[in-house]
Amino acid sequence: MALRQCAIYGKGGIGKSTTTQNLVSALAELGNKVMIVGCDPKADSTRLILHAKAQTTIMSLAAEAGSVEDLELEDVLKVGYGGIKCVESGGPEPGVGCAGRGVITAINFLEEEGAYDDELDFVFYDVLGDVVCGGFAMPIRENKAQEIYIVCSGEMMAMYAANNIAKGIVKYANSGSVRLAGLICNSRETAREDELISALAAKIGTTMIHFVPRDNVVQRAEIRRMTVIEYEPQAKQADEYRQLAIKIRDNKNFIIPTPITMDELEELMMEFGIIDQEDESIIGITAAAEATA
Amino acid sequence: MSQEVENIQPSYPLFRNDEYKESLANKREAYEERHPQEKIDEVFQWTTTKEYQEVNFNREALTVNPAKACQPLGAVLCALGFEKTMPYVHGSQGCVAYFRTYFNRHFKEPVACVSDSMTEDAAVFGGQKNMMAGLENAKALYKPEIIAVSTTCMAEVIGDDLNAFINNAKNAGHIEQDFPTPYAHTPSFVGSHTTGWDNMFEGMLKYFTLNHMDDKKVGSNGKINLVPGFETYLGNFRVMHRMMKEMGVDYSLLSDPSEVLDTPADGTFRLYSGGTTQAEVKDAPNAIDTLLLQPWQLDKTKKYVQNIMHQPATAINIPMGLEWTDEFLMKVSELTGKPIPASLELERGRLVDMMTDSHTWLHGKKFSLYGDADFVMGMTKFLLEVGAEPADVLCNHANKRWAKAMDKMLKASPYGQKTEVHIGKDLWHFRSLVFTNKPDFMIGNSYGKFIQRDTLYKGEEFEVPLIRIGFPIFDRHHLHRMTTLGYEGAIYMLTTLVNAVLEQLDKETRGMGTTDYNYDLVR
Repeated sequence: MALRQCAIYGKGGIGKSTTTQNLVSALAELGNKVMIVGCDPKADSTRLILHAKAQTTIMSLAAEAGSVEDLELEDVLKVGYGGIKCVESGGPEPGVGCAGRGVITAINFLEEEGAYDDELDFVFYDVLGDVVCGGFAMPIRENKAQEIYIVCSGEMMAMYAANNIAKGIVKYANSGSVRLAGLICNSRETAREDELISALAAKIGTTMIHFVPRDNVVQRAEIRRMTVIEYEPQAKQADEYRQLAIKIRDNKNFIIPTPITMDELEELMMEFGIIDQEDESIIGITAAAEATA
Repeated sequence: MSQEVENIQPSYPLFRNDEYKESLANKREAYEERHPQEKIDEVFQWTTTKEYQEVNFNREALTVNPAKACQPLGAVLCALGFEKTMPYVHGSQGCVAYFRTYFNRHFKEPVACVSDSMTEDAAVFGGQKNMMAGLENAKALYKPEIIAVSTTCMAEVIGDDLNAFINNAKNAGHIEQDFPTPYAHTPSFVGSHTTGWDNMFEGMLKYFTLNHMDDKKVGSNGKINLVPGFETYLGNFRVMHRMMKEMGVDYSLLSDPSEVLDTPADGTFRLYSGGTTQAEVKDAPNAIDTLLLQPWQLDKTKKYVQNIMHQPATAINIPMGLEWTDEFLMKVSELTGKPIPASLELERGRLVDMMTDSHTWLHGKKFSLYGDADFVMGMTKFLLEVGAEPADVLCNHANKRWAKAMDKMLKASPYGQKTEVHIGKDLWHFRSLVFTNKPDFMIGNSYGKFIQRDTLYKGEEFEVPLIRIGFPIFDRHHLHRMTTLGYEGAIYMLTTLVNAVLEQLDKETRGMGTTDYNYDLVR
């Protein structure tokens, strides 16, 4: 099987890293050779696989050694649960430096050192919340990830972010072969969430590839720095991640997204009762003014 | 104080006039808060000691004159070697002004190169708009047949994606789909000018061959490809042409800027001149093999030649000096089946004759040198061949493998037993070494002249003269037209070295009635 490279995007805090690691564990359980490349200065994309607090990152090792050219692949690549290869790009503390460049440097390093070997079936890039600069778009440049999955939920800001990411993908899809491969709904238990995300997916031209329900077992596993697949393989939630893995493995629905306008998005949310019809008469009126009115 | 129209003087000797001396002294006194001369001299003397050298070599956070330049400079030189090719740098304008002046000062020629002038808004929104307008304008104004795109730090830090931007510019109709736009990401903060050359060259090969490999067959055109790498001696391009022609070998010299960097003053301005043709690049995979003339700087090219073009990229050393030129010619002969002609044997014989003629003067002389990895290695090899002793050999951008290869070569020669090899070190380190390990001469680019001045300040007997071989050479004219490769190159280098030794000897022995018993007419 040819190597498939997938990038996971989505609003910050939506559960990208947790979902990715559980999904990747399920893929490994199915017999796939997988690598995770964490593209987030927080470096928390591999901790459930490695049972570690945070993996030592490429950039921190490079800073120590003086230059990235002084590193060897084995310094940065760790193997965890299910033979999953783990790498964290790393980056600066908040407020200084350039995290995007860290992602570029790290991925270039992996390519030059031959981390993408023939035996791999999947590479997953777990990318920081928003595509805020060219660096965070690195995983979707030509000859890298060709499939993008967006993790979202039925909350307004998560959907807003998903639509924004779709806009970013269009820029790269037109010049290369990167495609949107689906939305993964990581449930926040909002009303009619699955219908809503399916409707959003349909509007931007893709599908909701799976609805991952909320389950406390995820948190229980997480405090043990494990995925559900490893912690409690017979749990119902483990089967959900397995289904997600199978759907991604068999997925062939790769499209150039058709992001919608802000108005369309608001309309959709109103339709599902997430937000109310806008009442223009109250805009800019303070509480005091309202009381005297 | 003002100058007279009929007698305009340059700063030297003008500022040596009393009125200027006085004025400069007043300025120093009143505004410069200068330390007393004794203090300055005390610190100066300290910087020449072994003790200071130790402190200097433990330096961590600072580089003082790194003896290397940045990636896009190399990318621009590579691009200039192709026919009707406009080097295009995606990024800030000032960087491109730097590349152009750097080459101007060395080659004394105008250097064509454009920038898409990214400014603050491009840093925020990405440089795609600049790319679109830039490609369209560059093509319309300068009518190139290839635009070779590289990047500055600014574009690299914000992560601009050249492939996507160029394709988008083509899709939006700013330039035609089939207009050749090879590109390379060349972040200045990674590697050096030689890395940039390698990246751009790989980009060039990729653009013209990667998707056209189906009908290619190794050896089908019977040619040898020669890849010069970051090469600034124009004679080196010319000597390659000459040697291949004399051998009757069909060849392609891939990247050859020797015409555009040496245009005549005959009333016609040539924006483009000469250079490797597109047809030659497209045909490169059909060659018998691709030889990398500066193998230590062409990692990516080597991988591409081996993995995509399926040619062996037979290992050679830089064809510098006697033995490595022999090896190179024999390798070409072996690959092509063409014998080495009498004319080259004659040239070789002349070189050997010259080496024996001059050997008494070069034997045991100590030389310290710095520069690019392949040049420095070739030069060291040649020094060993003429019986000179390399003292300190420094290369900032070379890796550990290179240092090991150097040590191996040095240990195999009686003249290399005491040589020390330094990687990742700069010219301020080199300055320490020149004081403490006092060689007879330095070999390197123009920047060494300041070290020479400093050694003279310590005292005449400490002066270490600089022999200018390398890049850049800003303060002597036309040396860039010389040759350092092949027998011809060895002849030039030998002539330069031995005459520097003789000049110095004359300088030391012209003391009337003291040393002039050895101020000989015949040397």
